[in-house]
Amino acid sequence: MKRGALFAGVLGGAGALSAPAFAMVGAPTPRGYDFQEPATAVMREIVAFHNFLLPIIVIISVFVLALLLWVIVRYNRRANPTPKKFTHNVLVEVIWTVVPVLILVAIAWKSFPLIYLQERVPAEAELTLKVTGNSWRWDFEYPDLGVALTANLLDEETATAEGRPYLLATDTPLLVPVDTVVRVLVTSNDVIHSFAVPAFGIKEDAIMGRVNDTWFNADREGVFYGQCSELCGINHAYMPVEIHVVSRPEFEAWVAAQGGAFPTAEVEPAPSAAPAEAAPTEEGAAPAAAPTR
Amino acid sequence: MTAETAHAHDHDHRPSLYDWKRWVYSTNHKDIGTMYLIFAIIAGLIGGALSGLIRWELAEPGVQVFAEGSAITAWLQMDSAHGYNVAVTMHGLIMIFFMVMPAMIGGFGNWFVPLMIGAPDMAFPRMNNISFWLLPASFGLALLSMMVPGNGDFNGFGGGWTLYAPLSTSTTHHGGPSMDLLILSLHIAGASSILGAINFITTIFNMRAPGMTMHRMPLFVWSILVTVWLLVLSLPVLAGALTMLLTDRNFGTQFFEAAGGGDPVMYQHLFWFFGHPEVYILILPGFGMVSQIVSTFSKKPVFGYLGMAYAMVSIGVIGFVVWAHHMYTVGMGLDLEAYFIAATMVIAVPTGIKIFSWIATMWGGSLDFKVPMLWAIGFIFLFTVGGVTGVVLANSGIDTALHDTYYVVAHFHYVLSLGAVFAIFAGFFYWIPKMSGYRYNGFLAGLQFWVMFIGVNIIFFPQHFLGLQGMPRRYVDYPAAFEYWNYISSVGYAITAFGVLIFLVTLAEMFIVKRKAGDNPWGEGATTLEWTLSSPPPFHQFNELPVIKPDTHH
Repeated sequence: MKRGALFAGVLGGAGALSAPAFAMVGAPTPRGYDFQEPATAVMREIVAFHNFLLPIIVIISVFVLALLLWVIVRYNRRANPTPKKFTHNVLVEVIWTVVPVLILVAIAWKSFPLIYLQERVPAEAELTLKVTGNSWRWDFEYPDLGVALTANLLDEETATAEGRPYLLATDTPLLVPVDTVVRVLVTSNDVIHSFAVPAFGIKEDAIMGRVNDTWFNADREGVFYGQCSELCGINHAYMPVEIHVVSRPEFEAWVAAQGGAFPTAEVEPAPSAAPAEAAPTEEGAAPAAAPTR
Repeated sequence: MTAETAHAHDHDHRPSLYDWKRWVYSTNHKDIGTMYLIFAIIAGLIGGALSGLIRWELAEPGVQVFAEGSAITAWLQMDSAHGYNVAVTMHGLIMIFFMVMPAMIGGFGNWFVPLMIGAPDMAFPRMNNISFWLLPASFGLALLSMMVPGNGDFNGFGGGWTLYAPLSTSTTHHGGPSMDLLILSLHIAGASSILGAINFITTIFNMRAPGMTMHRMPLFVWSILVTVWLLVLSLPVLAGALTMLLTDRNFGTQFFEAAGGGDPVMYQHLFWFFGHPEVYILILPGFGMVSQIVSTFSKKPVFGYLGMAYAMVSIGVIGFVVWAHHMYTVGMGLDLEAYFIAATMVIAVPTGIKIFSWIATMWGGSLDFKVPMLWAIGFIFLFTVGGVTGVVLANSGIDTALHDTYYVVAHFHYVLSLGAVFAIFAGFFYWIPKMSGYRYNGFLAGLQFWVMFIGVNIIFFPQHFLGLQGMPRRYVDYPAAFEYWNYISSVGYAITAFGVLIFLVTLAEMFIVKRKAGDNPWGEGATTLEWTLSSPPPFHQFNELPVIKPDTHH
């Protein structure tokens, strides 16, 4: 799961907030027709599974199209003036029942391991990130590190001036260390939002009164964008997610600059993750949480 | 039957077209069916116009059509991002509740279920009347809801056709009366559908002509029977959910309010317990129509009749146990996800049986590519394309990436806009000679098929790419990177709109030129009972019930 260490450190010291020269940008590309480039093992599995499914569904569609074209050519009124009258053929009926079942079993065979990978937060989760949806912005908090921030949409002029993608960039990017299992707790202060980062392969609804969890382990440094993925009112299109995946030292420097601190020696962070999840719903996460409307 | 003989002493007397009582007081299944069809066409044009605004807005990044003060939407008072959300919401609701359902069940169902089973009329003709007339009332309330305050000063409800709580109950988001009108509208539409469904069930179970056993019924009747059972079983759940929304909004209950011990996810479970059978309600009558049409124009009986009928029954049954695949991202738990993946994929099996049986019906036949057959063949292929992307989405693992993106939009428009709507056009051109007594202009109708076939594919195929790239649904504005495919999609809309225009011209031309259709314009392949009657059929038919012999069916 940590094979992406290869890519880490290429741009170790890039300034997180200013420099756009990242190792990787997880964003839609003009004329793109496929998934965004994955930055986690989970997303790589999703892409692999899709690459497994795509030929199957293309072949099925082309097969049906070919059969249709064949009957159109072979059995049109001129080619076949007298219709046959058969209405049954047990063999083909069994075949077109059993073969789809086998195909579906094969798909399920690949499908189930993927959801178990996605939904089971690894025990070695080193960091807990609490995400709170608001109308219409995201609040982020590292409860264990004492870091909290609010990310608003970066307005169009600033985005254009800085050469950052409007409707994807935020005024306060969230930093995340590379090669770290980050457990994500997602909730909402009002209506339902959905926290999604395509390159990480995560999408988790933010629902008031419940804390959903998911996880990611970004193995490439870079800047990754996401967008709210559940209709949440007027400004639904205007609450993006911008996450910068940075090296461990850079992340630690950023945490310190934000006024946070690591609870114990960061070399052994694993034990701190377990107690942290015991009280994730602790309120007071978001100062200045008044809705903008 | 007794009601009919009571007031139809002169049973061939057809009231004047211009007698308002004929329509308002109508208890005649054919007149009511006609009203349903006209209603569906009007609603379809309104719903289609709303989607035109959506595609126009999305043709390029930035907010143009729905920008404040924009001339195009200002007169509708929809010149805001909220107005865009209202357009998205109402497009969905109108197309589902006021276009596809009235056309398929109310229109074709009313017209042809009694004719096909050899019944003089529906079982409850007066209930049929109220079923229809509730619908314009409901539609009026829905349109009214677009014109009254919904969100602060903004008019209309903009929470999507799914009406998810708490967006629909929150006073800060939808405090105005718009949502209440919409709830009332859907309650009435639901009542209309339930009454209609009871009528169909009774008619099909009790009013079949002598010898018309269940297993001799045409597949269209089977499809309507399964559909109306789904309606009867699922709509009460929607009614319950809507009532809870109403009391949450107005009477202080907190069914879906987390702060009061309620659960917003509960709403989604209730909604989709209705919502998933609903999507089969939208497509099953189409299956039935395509079966009739493919058989007619292949001059060959339907292949695997019993398999076809029970495939629909099993699709209906399984359709009730897969609802949560619409909500994989709510955090439902691993085992539940695994169950819903498995159950959802099972539906692909009976659907595959239907696709292959249609092709087997054509196999060895003598195919005549009349306009209804073009639409039916188009349906079979495009529904397959929409079906296989459904198998992709059934897998929660991939759905994590694709949920609420344009991939989903592409998927359900392939099965509904290119599936259900193609089936409606197929059925319309198949039966319009019977219903009106006139033949349509084959060139115009064929042109409409090809223009729309090209147009809708240009609209919806690129949306798969947008979804894979991660473009979320229901966005008034999008990052510049999504522009290319969005623009192409909007060009496709313009082509499709031209196709709709050709449809209207075809309709007008048909009624102006008045070419006589004859009793059976389709020849030997058209074996169901409606083709034994005149075109249009007598105002009251089968006063002497036809007797069905074993070999004259389907």
